Amino acid sequence: MTTASVPLPNWITYGLIPLMNLMLAFFLSGLVVWSIGESPWEALKFLIQGSLGRGDAIGFTLFYTTSFIFTGLSVAVAFHAGLFNIGSEGQAYVGGLGAALAALALDRYVPWYVTMPFAIAGAAIFGAAWALIPAWLQAKRGSHIVITTIMFNFIAAALMVYLLVNVLIVPGKMAPETRTFLEGGQLPKLDWLMALFGLDLGPAPFNVSFLIALVMCYLVWLLIWRTKFGYEMRTLGISPSAAIYAGVPYVRTVIIAMLISGGLAGMMALNAVNGAAARLQVEFVAGAGFVGIAVSLMGRSHPVGIILAALLFGILYQGGADLSFEMPTITRDMIVVIQGLVILFAGALEHMLRPAVVRIYQQFAKA
Amino acid sequence: MSLDPSTVPAIELVGIDKKFGPVHANKNINLTVAKGTIHGIIGENGAGKSTLMSILYGFYQADQGQIHIHGKQTVIRDSQAAISLGIGMVHQHFMLVENFTVLENIILGVEGGMLLGRDTDRARAKLQQLQKDYGLDVDLDAIIEELPVGRQQRVEILKALYRGADILILDEPTGVLTPAEADHLFEVLRVLREQGKTIILITHKLREIMAITDEVSVMRRGEMVATRTTAETTVEELAELMVGRRVLLHVDKDAARPGPVLLSVKNLTVKDGRGVTMVDDVSFDVRAGEIVGIAGVAGNGQSELLEAIAGIRKPSSGEILIDGQPVAGLDAARRRDLGLAHIPEDRHHMGLVLKFEEYENAILGYHRDEKYGRGGFLDLEAIRKDAEEKIAKYDIRPPNPRLKTANFSGGNQQKIVVAREIERDPKLLIVGQPTRGVDVGAIEFIHRRIIETRDAGKAVLLVSVELDEIRSLSDRILVMFAGRIVGEKTSDAGEQTLGLMMAGIAA
Repeated sequence: MTTASVPLPNWITYGLIPLMNLMLAFFLSGLVVWSIGESPWEALKFLIQGSLGRGDAIGFTLFYTTSFIFTGLSVAVAFHAGLFNIGSEGQAYVGGLGAALAALALDRYVPWYVTMPFAIAGAAIFGAAWALIPAWLQAKRGSHIVITTIMFNFIAAALMVYLLVNVLIVPGKMAPETRTFLEGGQLPKLDWLMALFGLDLGPAPFNVSFLIALVMCYLVWLLIWRTKFGYEMRTLGISPSAAIYAGVPYVRTVIIAMLISGGLAGMMALNAVNGAAARLQVEFVAGAGFVGIAVSLMGRSHPVGIILAALLFGILYQGGADLSFEMPTITRDMIVVIQGLVILFAGALEHMLRPAVVRIYQQFAKA
Repeated sequence: MSLDPSTVPAIELVGIDKKFGPVHANKNINLTVAKGTIHGIIGENGAGKSTLMSILYGFYQADQGQIHIHGKQTVIRDSQAAISLGIGMVHQHFMLVENFTVLENIILGVEGGMLLGRDTDRARAKLQQLQKDYGLDVDLDAIIEELPVGRQQRVEILKALYRGADILILDEPTGVLTPAEADHLFEVLRVLREQGKTIILITHKLREIMAITDEVSVMRRGEMVATRTTAETTVEELAELMVGRRVLLHVDKDAARPGPVLLSVKNLTVKDGRGVTMVDDVSFDVRAGEIVGIAGVAGNGQSELLEAIAGIRKPSSGEILIDGQPVAGLDAARRRDLGLAHIPEDRHHMGLVLKFEEYENAILGYHRDEKYGRGGFLDLEAIRKDAEEKIAKYDIRPPNPRLKTANFSGGNQQKIVVAREIERDPKLLIVGQPTRGVDVGAIEFIHRRIIETRDAGKAVLLVSVELDEIRSLSDRILVMFAGRIVGEKTSDAGEQTLGLMMAGIAA
């Protein structure tokens, strides 16, 4: 109560406090590493080198970053309208179906840049469609969006396994996945972009969808802060009673916001399906939808913050994988613990340090 | 300092200073409150009263200065410390658990022990004694939400006394009370004073200050500008001290020249969320060029009536015509298109989005207008220019359209709403509590704007629980009681007559 209302300069709120949270998370992670008898400094070195040390490492890091930008934007758009979309995971999964169908239908006939708009549209439409039912239930029936989107994640998982095992599988093969797309259905790698910086991408799947993600960041910024619909979304998100007063149509706003959110989540599939694997596989989303929640929270639902937070989680994903490879005593599970600590401090406990910072700031401001 | 307990002041604040960033909320405040007196503190919104009381109650720490309680210098770290020093606070918005009983609410936080039981019995005995001593009659086993507001306030006072308070701070205590309930409260305060309690009363209402306080301190822009013995001052002097210039407490206006009917309400019935009838078969007209005031004690259906007209709440039966057009099924935005403007009762939850910057609120409800951007986009430059013009015209301070709305004082927030609604040039203006929580200077300004709107040939429907406001602005007065309009009077009707009608006693 005493410090919550004290305004702080933006560089503290958006720069210093997140940085302090991050440091704290890394400090605790260091303790965890130390407690199993490994050197925290060594571990940190492997983590950084494994994510940023080489061309291919950076390529993998940016590949993960791309997925997290899409899902982070997805969560953020819904959040601005006051909706907590937990379903980005499922929406991305179903979005993969749309992206894959576009690629499967067109890859034999046209080059990738012709397929791309159809893949984008397919991913977005299928992702949006998967968000439509929870959105409609929320808008018309008051069913809580958190509950319905969680349930739709499970339904999406079951549906996709069924389709991949029974419908889309290549006859005679054991793996539940579609055939590999030809080049006309893939999104090319950005090796030329890496080469500009003198880096060799190697086998890393960093691809054109990264650029699509950046464009989406700009479009989301435009939507939220420069359009009348974005204004209505924010009004509804901050003050539902003021939204009714202003005549913001609740049903329409909720449904459109969720469609956009679902569409952005679906576009994550461009990166994983058309960009990396060149085929639709079971469980290709691999938790990116849930990471999007943390990314959005940490990025304060702002596209710039989301890019930075997505990069951080990209580093943790890629560097963490490398770390557990280099230091076998640090298992995959411990990497998950470290990621969990970052989410905890940066996302869930973002206000833990604030009162102390406010007090220190007031001391300085007085002087 | 003398150690004679009878002359040691209950509270002495010396050189209290508090800054919030660039905002200097309290500047070198000195205040002495004698024991066993009722001390009023008045000042415009944003004058620093709440900050000062928050410092006294331990919500904030002063940057500089000392607090002496009963002659002893103390540091009040938090509200627990304040309570243990015998300071109790009755907030403007009650801090009660609605579905608990009175007793449960009072012992909440001081239950003692893991199990309720014996302690509860002891609490009951102690409370019954307190009730007898101070005449604070309220059923200890009643559920809070079933009690009228005046009773709920007594629970708050009991709660403070139960915790051993002998200094009571009351923040705008009569804002939610009927005139009769306010009189009861003053009765209680007098008894408390007789029993040696010290009371600080924060209020906007000069009349209350005159009626009940022994001394009064006036704050303006973070400074304590004067302390007066109440018996030796006048309402005019206090108003002038508060605002820093002479204030017209009465509005001059010409006789109304009513034109065609712009709002017609026919047999309107409105139910609330629980299905309770709040507006019961109400019919009336409002014509161009007149102000129709709806008087009534808060909670008698006025809010629901306004919301039904504005398109926020769906009526269960009846008809509303705006400028001759039936508006059933139209939402708030469509009704605005017909020429309706609405200054809502609750600016914090309806009229404004407090987290928005000022310019964003200056278009709330009108953001779809072409002049604020073509197509789906917002034209920020046009919006900010428009906001700046309104800020200049309505003297909204600070004059910064990029400032977060929550950082404006109550009076200036209300001006943002008033400017937005009146400057749209509506045919029909409906207004709820236009000056609730607004300082004297802004009240005068807002009243004048409402009269100007009438004189420009608009229809105005005014709802207020301030009888003075209704009487000085309205051309016709409708009195609402229990969801019905129980009578119509002209503006020269006596306060007594209207008061009895508002209480449902006379028609």
